[in-house]
Amino acid sequence: MTVTAGEAGRDDGHGKGDADGGDDKEGPAAAPYVPSPRRLERERYRRARARRATAIAALSTLVTGAALYLLVVHAPGWPRTKETFFSPQYAREAFPRVLEGLWLNLRLLLVCGAAVLVLGMLVAVARTLRGPLFFPLRVLAAAYTDFFRGLPLIINLMIVVLGVPALRLQGVTVDPVLLGGTALTLTYSAYVAEVFRAGIESVHPSQRAAARSLGLTNRQALRFVVLPQAVRRQVPPLLNDLVSLQKDTGLVSIGGAVDAVRAADIVVGRSLNYTPYIVAGLVFVALTIPMTRLTDWVTARTDRRRAQGGIT
Amino acid sequence: MSGLSDGVPVLRMESVRKTFGGSVVLRDIGLEVAPHTVTALIGASGSGKSTLLRCAALLEDVDDGEIRLDGEEITDPRADQDAVRRRIGVVFQAYNLFPHMTVLENITLAPRRVHRVPRSRAEEQARELLERLGLGGRAGEYPDRLSGGQQQRVAIARALAVRPRLLLLDEVTAALDPELVGEVLNVVRGLKSDGMTMVLATHEMGFAREVADQVCFLDGGVVLERGTPEQVLGDPRQERTRRFLRRVVEAGRL
Repeated sequence: MTVTAGEAGRDDGHGKGDADGGDDKEGPAAAPYVPSPRRLERERYRRARARRATAIAALSTLVTGAALYLLVVHAPGWPRTKETFFSPQYAREAFPRVLEGLWLNLRLLLVCGAAVLVLGMLVAVARTLRGPLFFPLRVLAAAYTDFFRGLPLIINLMIVVLGVPALRLQGVTVDPVLLGGTALTLTYSAYVAEVFRAGIESVHPSQRAAARSLGLTNRQALRFVVLPQAVRRQVPPLLNDLVSLQKDTGLVSIGGAVDAVRAADIVVGRSLNYTPYIVAGLVFVALTIPMTRLTDWVTARTDRRRAQGGIT
Repeated sequence: MSGLSDGVPVLRMESVRKTFGGSVVLRDIGLEVAPHTVTALIGASGSGKSTLLRCAALLEDVDDGEIRLDGEEITDPRADQDAVRRRIGVVFQAYNLFPHMTVLENITLAPRRVHRVPRSRAEEQARELLERLGLGGRAGEYPDRLSGGQQQRVAIARALAVRPRLLLLDEVTAALDPELVGEVLNVVRGLKSDGMTMVLATHEMGFAREVADQVCFLDGGVVLERGTPEQVLGDPRQERTRRFLRRVVEAGRL
């Protein structure tokens, strides 16, 4: 918080059209605000502190970086490691193919992500339904989440992607991409349903009471009062699951679909050099980083909007 | 305890300024609080009473001016803010109790974790405090199971548990039913007779008149009028104070 010409100007009423007029009213004739030497001294001190902190951070980063570099380069076996995992030649060969495969991962992410949100929400709502009529639905929803959260994703994928085509069912696709997407959706919907349910239960009962007192039905209370609050609160964990889903789209390659992982695998199979795996891995990391930053940003924004300000 | 600081005000604010974004909440606040006295802050909603208290408790950084606690400047960025906060108790309008802790845990948290008082002694002291505030049997309850007045008394006990030098009370009865207001005000009366130095923001003019040694009327970001309760509430010098008090009377709060 530094004094700027703008702030000093705002206060005397001729700068920026009397921005704080609401607070002055016709009150005691406001002399133009001039920051006191005390404030200027404090700010000088804070700036000096900040500069010192930056300098220390830069220095310690430099030292740490240099130490790590020397450690890695002088480690035994580094030349061989470098050739096997970090070969520029194979990286150049694999990169365009990996990117081409990545397009499949992205499409899977979008479609599965949307399906997961819808299915997860349905399951979560089914678990919170009241009344004896819905008992079987509640049990089914609970069984579904219990089962698919416990089932290893890789087994789920093998059963759906490899097992289902073996049934030779009429009208059921054998496309590994569709089947893989189905398996991913089944598992992730179970996770997301739990996230939604936690959100629904975290909304204070007084909110439901207030809604019901206005004459809203249970369903309306859920729809207009509880769910909006629950969903808003659960955005960070939901984005977390989305990041996770994004990585796991790579697993559809077990059925032979040519995604980024499979594309890398093909190059590795031909060359016996493992650089393409590194390339594919880095591409996924590069994809998740913006998503993670988005999650952080959303969390920070929610916190800011809830906090009453000040030092907390 | 008081011998050392006689003459030096417990709290002294000078030219304090605080803005939020573009709006100036505190323009030029000057205030002195002598040991063992009670200061009541009055003024319309939004006149900066709460902000003043939050600045004094170092829950907000001031933009300009200085605040001294027992003569020591606490707004200096070099000051140890945590050490200062340990000497100031704050009671919030909305209680701000920790809902995941029992009454006893709420009260003993700071003595045990900050002041390193052994658990058994901290709990013994907490029980004594609760007894004094008329909450003897409530030590094991969770805050959500108590009435508003009880919760606010627990919040006062929590603030008192660390034996603060100064107690700041921010509209502590504003969220309470009228019949619960009395029990909280009684506690404040008791604290005054114990000699606790307090600053309280309040809308209870009758209570301010009874308990305060000094009343400050906040308006437009300054302490517009400051004096004894008889003078400020009975015979205000400023037209704006008179207007404010007239509105309060019309609302039936005096």
